Order: sequence, then structure tokens, then C-alpha cells
Amino acid sequence: MTASLTKQPNVDQWLSIGADGRVTIRSGKVDIGQRISTAMAVIAAEELDVALDRIDFAPVETGVSPDEGVTSGSNSMQDSGQAVRLATATARRHLVEKAAAALEVDPSTLELADGLIRSRDTNRSVTYWDLQGDQPFDIAIDPEVSVKAPETYQLVGGQTTARGMTELATGKTEFVHDMTVPGMLHARVVRPPHYHARLKELDESVAQRLEQSGFRVVRDGSFLAVAGADEYAVIKAAERLAAAANWNMGKGLPTRDIYESLTANERVSLPVADGIPRKEPVPPLGDPPTDAALTLSARYEKPYHMHGSLGPSAAMAKSEGEKLHIWTHSQGVYVLRESLADGLGMDEEDLHIIHAPGAGCYGHNGADDVAVDAALVAKAIPGTPVLLKWSREDEHAWEPYGTCMAMELRASLDADGSVIAWSQESFGDTYMMRPRSSPDGDGPRRLLPLRYRAEGVDDPVPQPAMRYHVGIHRNLDPLYIFPEPRLVKNLVRGLPLRTSALRTLGGFANVFAIECFLEELAEAAGIDSVEFRIRHLDDERARDVVKAAAEALYAGDTPPNRGRGIALSQYTNSKAYAAVGVELEVGDDANIKLHRAVVAVDAGQVVDPDGLAMQCEGGFIQAASWTLHEAVTFDRDGVTSRDWDSYPILRFGNIPEIETILMDRPGNPFLGAGEAIAGPAGAAIASALHNATGLRLRRLPFTPDAIRAAAME
Amino acid sequence: MAKITLRVNGEPHEIDTDPSTPLLFVLRNQLGLTGAKLGCGLEQCGACAVLVDGVSVLSCVRAVSEFEDNDIRTVEGLMENGQPSAVQKAFIDEGAAQCGYCTAGLVVATTALLSQDPNPDSTANDSALSDHLCRCGSHTRVLKAIKSLTVEGASGDR
Ligand code: FES
Ligand code: FES
Repeated sequence: MTASLTKQPNVDQWLSIGADGRVTIRSGKVDIGQRISTAMAVIAAEELDVALDRIDFAPVETGVSPDEGVTSGSNSMQDSGQAVRLATATARRHLVEKAAAALEVDPSTLELADGLIRSRDTNRSVTYWDLQGDQPFDIAIDPEVSVKAPETYQLVGGQTTARGMTELATGKTEFVHDMTVPGMLHARVVRPPHYHARLKELDESVAQRLEQSGFRVVRDGSFLAVAGADEYAVIKAAERLAAAANWNMGKGLPTRDIYESLTANERVSLPVADGIPRKEPVPPLGDPPTDAALTLSARYEKPYHMHGSLGPSAAMAKSEGEKLHIWTHSQGVYVLRESLADGLGMDEEDLHIIHAPGAGCYGHNGADDVAVDAALVAKAIPGTPVLLKWSREDEHAWEPYGTCMAMELRASLDADGSVIAWSQESFGDTYMMRPRSSPDGDGPRRLLPLRYRAEGVDDPVPQPAMRYHVGIHRNLDPLYIFPEPRLVKNLVRGLPLRTSALRTLGGFANVFAIECFLEELAEAAGIDSVEFRIRHLDDERARDVVKAAAEALYAGDTPPNRGRGIALSQYTNSKAYAAVGVELEVGDDANIKLHRAVVAVDAGQVVDPDGLAMQCEGGFIQAASWTLHEAVTFDRDGVTSRDWDSYPILRFGNIPEIETILMDRPGNPFLGAGEAIAGPAGAAIASALHNATGLRLRRLPFTPDAIRAAAME
Repeated sequence: MAKITLRVNGEPHEIDTDPSTPLLFVLRNQLGLTGAKLGCGLEQCGACAVLVDGVSVLSCVRAVSEFEDNDIRTVEGLMENGQPSAVQKAFIDEGAAQCGYCTAGLVVATTALLSQDPNPDSTANDSALSDHLCRCGSHTRVLKAIKSLTVEGASGDR
């Protein structure tokens, strides 16, 4: 049983059937453009035997929706998809039994079509809506209920248009940013220049003049915001308020080189075995085995990355008596409620949080923080709805980033080219700063705005995440058969920037390092790198994706001046398998031109093939953007990546042809696929770059400057 | 405050506003046309694009008063008889949106591109879309949607 089901064991917690012929699914997962609601609707319609367009989704809302924690880590299909499947299958069995009783026939004589249940013998019929319309089921989900056999699927695995596509293409979708309610105010925050700056003084005459012109200035310690009826006027007012603020800058941000800091700063080091950190001493690296024919070491590095949501974070809040309502694009309304209630000293019951669509977020971005900003302003202006939006600069400079990392590897091969020793140490800051409350009351500290109030909370002190394949050690464990790999995670203290969950957590950096290093080893041993991988794999499905990608990538000769490369991973060594092939060219200006990508994916049973292909294409493009362009920059006075010019991302103009090969595995459990592509995408680009130019780049991103510098060496 | 006359989606509107307010804010907050999005307010991302006399224009910086003599069309106004336009239909069919925050801008840019050049090559696509960012990676689908609308694409080469 999944956690979702244990927490919500009843059919009524997952679905209801209306007298009007609609089926409403309640899931605790939110659709963030990954088409989760489309896939879930397909499953529900399949098990219930109803038309796809009868399915509705209830918005995710505290107190109503199942508590499924946070939408993250490609878990949605595994948790929620399975729960919806079992809930709808249980409901269907119940409805058939009810129909048999009502029609006084044997259940085996009944046929179902789009909610109509007809007896073959008597030709009498009854519908779901007659039987169940608006009534609770009052039954538990049967985890053993029989579900549809894959060979009888009508909808699963077929072509479907994503839900909500028409509304998106015609501008009708209502994002949080678009909410309009009578009497509402717009609001903006005024942040300090950097994390550690505090408000020394505010020119009160400016605040007064703003108040006199109808704005509301909200101040609580170093938390500063302004609200008013007209959005653009509020933006201008926030600029005036920012100019009136004088900040105590403190020591500023540490400016030591991040790659130096990663291995020089104080850190918590833990050995990792079978994907899980152990509270044991780290075994020393020692000398290579005596039978080693070849030993190589290499260090790979990645900078800080931002989520870089296209829409700056936003939230609406309204304070009504004891109650506080918040509309947010947070990925976890329940965890936000817990930490915010704790931070504001409120009863959880008085905090009502409703999910509303936002721009794609790819992890823990500003969504939760802006909800807190809106809550603080709304509490200062009771009874008035407040729509608070971050500016582009707020978003770039204040979201929690994906940490910089260093990966140090060493491996030895025997005379046959088999790996006989493997060591990897990964270094980074935390990925685990979602606003979950922990026993030590860490929840409120993870909500940025609360740190700036007069009664501010301290900065959180991250502890090493200890679960299977999370944080820095996600995909640290190689998928390959290496004898007793030595694996170490290092949670580094004193790094300069705020960090939390970004798509794949450590998976991108670890797979990038492992797969790049395999290329170097194969080359040193004089073995074809695809062959080298296959030799070290005992998992058929992993081998199949590599072979499929290699076959497609290497079909035909490589055009002149181009290079090709390939890489593999299985996300968290337990989810989707992905092999990525890339063909690229390096121009005279040292820019990388991506020509072609091949993505072979095994995500178990495919529910929504087009949606899965789209996830793969999107995953490749984002990872290619990280690999070619992205690095958050800063100096002592704060983050300097404050817009899209100072933090460039991949654009139209460098989007390759992407061929997706889906290995359908009927009857196999769904495996999350959203993040599987990133790691191999980065490594495949590195390998293709080497193939095209002979250069091995080990630090991301591969900008023209980095490529020229490598060529000079 | 000043009275500004705007022609949006075929309808004239008289609006009371600070004339220096960027067009986007007037469209969204005063006319309720929230399809175009505020992504940066810096003319860097394309989320706010609208058609001005058939040309795709970023609306997040330039003052509303500059647009009094123009014919403005937003993503909402591209619908034809209540139905999605051919470009919108192609976006829907190709699944050319994930979160969709960038989509209105891309639909507008595509509409402008194809009205000027019914058979754009990849260089023309790239330059028409060069103002537009998408963080979800829906680029491949947008390009497919454009291709499906070209003479070549419509003749079955999809
Ligand atoms: S919002 Fe206008 S270009 Fe970004
Ligand atoms: S679809 Fe999300 S930004 Fe483009």
C-alpha cells in the first residue's frame, strides 16, 4: 500500500459520482504542467468504463483533498495514480453489485458502457448516476480489487489531448496571477539587498506620503511591503519604498570561490550504501587494488541553478476573523499549512489553503514564500483580499536554488577492462528545505519571509537527509555492477546561497559525473563506451534503453564537424530508465549547436504516451539549458543574476530535433519519468562535445568561454 | 489620470488611467484580458506579447498612451466565432503547452509570423520566437504546431 492509501483508505476520499453524470476525482497532487491530471483521468475513466470527458478534478484544498504531501520527485503516478486506480476499481465493483441487486440479475450478466449498466438477459438497465448520484460510497478501497487487464485497455496508452489545453491556448486559464475579486488590493514586497541585510531605517516621510496617496505600507521588522488598488502604481510605490530603505549590510555573502568552499568548508560526511546514508565513519580511500591495470580520477562540478519559473511567484490571501485563506501555487498545501500555522501561532484549522494554477516551478521555488508574504500583508489589512506578486528580480534573487556541487571520482580497471574499484564523493548544500515541519520546529525557518519579521525566526540549519536516494546522494549509487563502491555524501556548511529542492535533486550532478567518468574510463581502456556500459549492467531493462538509444543515435554516418555521445541512468535506481543520445556541433564562436537528441525511456506501463514524450522533450530541454548556459552569480552584496540577461537559458534557435523512443512495458507498475532524462542529457552533451572537439569539460556550464579556455589548455 | 481610447479585439474602450501605465497592465486589470502574462516586465521573456496592427509587440514596458491609434488583439481576441483560431487549434493538437504561462505570447508570435510568411523556414521561426522564453521545454511542440500550419506541413508531411 502506498502512503497515500494508508492515509486515505476510503473511496469517498478519492472520488464522487454526481447525479448530473459527472465523476469528480480528488487527488492531493497538483498539475504543474506535467499532465498528471490527464494521466489520472485516463486511469479513472478506464477503470470506471466512462468517457474521458466525464471526469473532473477537484482543486487541491486543505481539509478537503487527500493529504499526499508534496507533488515532487516523479512520485505522482506511483502514489496518486495507483490510489485512483484502486479507488475507481473498487467503486466500479460496488456499482456493479448494486446494479445487480437493483435489476435482480446475476452480476456476470451485466455490461458497462459510459456509466450505463445493462443486463444482457433482461435488457433492463440502470446508470451510475441513478445508483450513486451525489451519495457517498461509505466503503473502503480494496487494495486487492481486480483491475483491468492491460490487454483490455481502451484508453490507457492511447492518444489523448492534455486537459486544459484549449483554455491555455485561448488565454482562458485562470492562474493565481489572474485572480480578480471585488475590493482586492495588489501588493509587492521590498526585500533587502541580500539574505543577511536588515532594515536600519526607513524614511518615514516617504511611507507617510504613500499612505496619504492611498497605499498601505506594511512593516514588521525588516519585512516590508506595500499594497494598493492599482497594480502598476503599487510597483512604482514599491520602488519608492525601496529607495527610502536604508539597510544594515552586515558581513555580506561569503565570496570565496564556491568550488573551493565545497571541499574546504566544514561538512558532515556519511558513507552511502545501497542508496542510503549510514551513520558510520567514512572508510578511507586507500590505494588502488594491486591488480589494477589502470586507475583514473576526475572531479566534476556544477554551479548553483535556479528554477527560473517563467511567471514570478504569486499568491492571494484574505484574513477573516480568526481565519486566513490563501490561494497558492505551492506544490504542497498541507505542508505549507503546518509550517505557516506554526510560524504565525495559528491553529491549523484556521488556515485554509487552496491550490490555484501557477507557472511551472520544477521543485521548491518561491511559491511557498510568496504565500507567506501575502499572508503577512493580508493579516495587516483584515477583511481585504490581497494579491501579492514577486517581481522578476524577486524571483531570480530570492528563490531557493539548486545547490552547487562537486563530485570526486576514482576507479580502477583490471586488464580486461572491468571496473574493480569505484569511489565517489559528492559535496553540496541541502536540497531538503521544503517547508516541512520537523520535530525541532524547523518548518517556519524554511519560510523565508518569517526570518525578516521583528520576532524573526533564525535561518534553518540543514541536517543530512537520510532516506533512500534523496538530496545530495540521489543517484550517487551507480546503476552498474561495480564491486563494493565507496560512496560518500558530504553536506557542506557555510556556502553562500539559499538552496532547496530543484528537479532531480543531486541526481543530475551525480549522473552527469558518473556517466562522464565512464566515458573517460572506456576511452582509457580502449573499449567502446556503449559496450563498456552494457558489460557492467545486469539489468535487462537498462541494457534495452541504452541499445535503443545507441541504435537510433548511431544510425547513419556522423555529419562532418559534429560529435555524438550517449549516457544512461535509472532515476533513483528504482524509477524510469532513460538513455539519451546527442549530436551537436561547436561553431567558430565556440557556441554549441544542438542538432539532434534521442531519448529512450522505459517508464513501465505507459498511460499517456504523448504526455510522457512531452515530459521527455521538456526534461531534455531544461537539462540542456543547465548544461550549456546556467549559473547563478553573486558577490558580497547579493545575487547578481537578477534577470534573464544575467541568467540566460536555452532559447528557440538551439532546440534540437528530439526523437523519443518509449519502451512500453504493459502490466508493469507506472514509474515516474519526469526527471529521468536530466542526468543522462547533461552527460550525453559532454560526451558529444568530446567526440566533436576532443575536449573534456568537467565543470558546467559549457559556455563559449569555458570551451575556449579548455581548448587553450 | 487621463482618458485613453483603445481599440482591443475589435471593440473600442475608453479608459481612465495614468497614461504612463504599460499597455499590459491596462489589458489585464482594466479590461479583464488576463491571457497575456507578466513574466518579467523587462521585455526579456515574451509572455506579454499582443498583436498591434498584426505585429507581435511586447506590452509590459511601453506606455498605453502609445497605442491609441492602433488595432490591438490579445490571445482572447484571436478566437473566431467562439472557436480557437487555426494557430490555437494547432497548439492544442500538438500539446504545445505545459504550464502554459508562456503560451499566450507564443500563440500571438506564431499568428504574426504566419500572417507575414505562410511558409517560414527554421531561421524565420527562430527570429520570430527569439523574444520568447519557455522554462518547461514546450519548444519542440510549438515548432511542430508551426510546421503543421505551413503549406508544406499541411500537405501531410508531419
Ligand atoms: S513580461 Fe513582457 S517580455 Fe516578459
Ligand atoms: S509551458 Fe511553462 S513556461 Fe512554457
